[in-house]
Amino acid sequence: MKALAWHGKHDVRIDTVDDPEIVNPRDCIIKVTSTAICGSDLHLYDGYIPTMQAGDILGHEFMGEVVEVGAKSTLKKGQRVVVPFTIACGSCYHCGKHQYSACPNGLPADNQDIAQELYGHEMSGLFGYSHMTGGYAGGQAEYVRVPFSDVGPIVIPDGVEDDKVLFLSDILPTGWQAAEYAQIEPGDTVAVWGCGPVGLFAVQSAFLMGAERVIAIDHFPHRLELAKRFGAETINFEESATYEALMEMTGGIGPDAVIDAVGLEAHGMFVDNVIDRIKAATFLGTDRPHSIRQAIIACRKGGRVSMPAVYGGFVDKFPLGAFMEKGLTLKTGQTHVQHYMPGLLNAIMEGKIDTEFLISHRMPLTDAPKGYDLFKNHQNETTKIVLKPGMTATA
Amino acid sequence: MTEAHDDAPAATSKRRGAADTVTESLTEGQGSSVVARSVTINRPASELYSYFRDFANLSHFMENVIAIEVRDPTHSHWTVKAPAGAKVEWDARVTEEQQDRLIAWTSEHGADVANSGRVEFREAGDRGTVVTVTIAYDPPGGVVGKVIAKMFQREPAIQARRDLRRFKQLMETGEIATPAMNPAQFEEMGL
Repeated sequence: MKALAWHGKHDVRIDTVDDPEIVNPRDCIIKVTSTAICGSDLHLYDGYIPTMQAGDILGHEFMGEVVEVGAKSTLKKGQRVVVPFTIACGSCYHCGKHQYSACPNGLPADNQDIAQELYGHEMSGLFGYSHMTGGYAGGQAEYVRVPFSDVGPIVIPDGVEDDKVLFLSDILPTGWQAAEYAQIEPGDTVAVWGCGPVGLFAVQSAFLMGAERVIAIDHFPHRLELAKRFGAETINFEESATYEALMEMTGGIGPDAVIDAVGLEAHGMFVDNVIDRIKAATFLGTDRPHSIRQAIIACRKGGRVSMPAVYGGFVDKFPLGAFMEKGLTLKTGQTHVQHYMPGLLNAIMEGKIDTEFLISHRMPLTDAPKGYDLFKNHQNETTKIVLKPGMTATA
Repeated sequence: MTEAHDDAPAATSKRRGAADTVTESLTEGQGSSVVARSVTINRPASELYSYFRDFANLSHFMENVIAIEVRDPTHSHWTVKAPAGAKVEWDARVTEEQQDRLIAWTSEHGADVANSGRVEFREAGDRGTVVTVTIAYDPPGGVVGKVIAKMFQREPAIQARRDLRRFKQLMETGEIATPAMNPAQFEEMGL
């Protein structure tokens, strides 16, 4: 089969590799029909994530048609499914509490050592995201082996197009969870840092959860425009002073809840020396902690901080004093995708959530290397690239 | 040996001589190095005990075990991978057992690696069962041998940790997590 494989910094290629087969009884194999490039994939592309190996197949946002099932899979050949990016077993203590991204049973035993060392505990396995998260082949490929197919993938009814439901795999539940973690009360003003896909879904979700006002903060005009389309007020931090603007826009109170959706980087797998490299090499290293600091400083007294943005190592100058003195609450974590999928699928089908607005480009899988380049270098216009293995390649 | 002043398990003690305390606590204990590790498994103690007590099952999740030959209910012969392609063997004898609660063993005279230990199963309500494995052993080649074993990832502490994770995966999900793309690759990668 053809698959997008990582070969080093800024070097991704379409390789021909063996088709995956059923290994464990609960597996299924899906034929991928749509798969997206995530902002966090760019950090693999930029070479910031350790434990990558040449030939690793990328991609953790994908869906497709079931073509093979293991003895204990409950899926049927021909069903269309969206696959959650977190690999969770459904039967452990954490899965029982719907804390799917904390499931230890999808992460191979040997790979658990690194996270245990770094975080004190192992986390769930992920598709296409380095060997620390399990070394699983990802979905930017013609076929994928999906473990725990009896509990992970959600079946999509016939007639609902891929582009409507693909984002159930990661970014829509992530934006929704971010808004849920902000514990929005009717009449609240919610400020969202970052209008990437997760921030934009957090904007929509916050309104659905009863927020009266949402204030979106970014510096890409096109992305702010999209936030505005959903009813958000906007702050372009290159044109206005964010803290001062927020205070004035809320009558000196500050937003009731703040959401840091900047970055959405590594799905949690930086080690601190890598963080240092990033800090030194790019603006992200300094700007990302900046957004959480700014969010805490701007948040009203007794307010809520939600942090879907991914931090993997250590952050300097975390304003712990402001956090304590103002009595804030912080909720964060990798997304428990499986918990949110059914409800969000319904919300999409009922037309309550718009997903397709996000897609700026559709291209064949074989154009994926071009897609990575475009996504990295043209962030204003490139909001989301969806790869279609079935599409014919352009010349 | 000074008395402990807290409730922390002896295997986590920083005190000199703590390993001896652990070894002494084992039935017919022997071994100067000690490894202890707990894992909570979301299954009833009786189920975990039964699976574990059938020693032939252990090679399903213990990566370094080449073969366990069960000779009678209390005697078995173990062949285990050692660093640098070597292997070690011993005869093991069950020294104590309590249905659904505890299994203890010791190696017989002439073992390549003298060892003893116990595995305990403790009911933990809606969290399942806490399984605690304690192993005392004499590392081959003393401290140097231990370092070499660690380099080759065959150090008992690393093994116990990973084997217990696989035991948990197998008991809770019916399978062992692997990124393998096909059965042949799974075979090649070991457990």
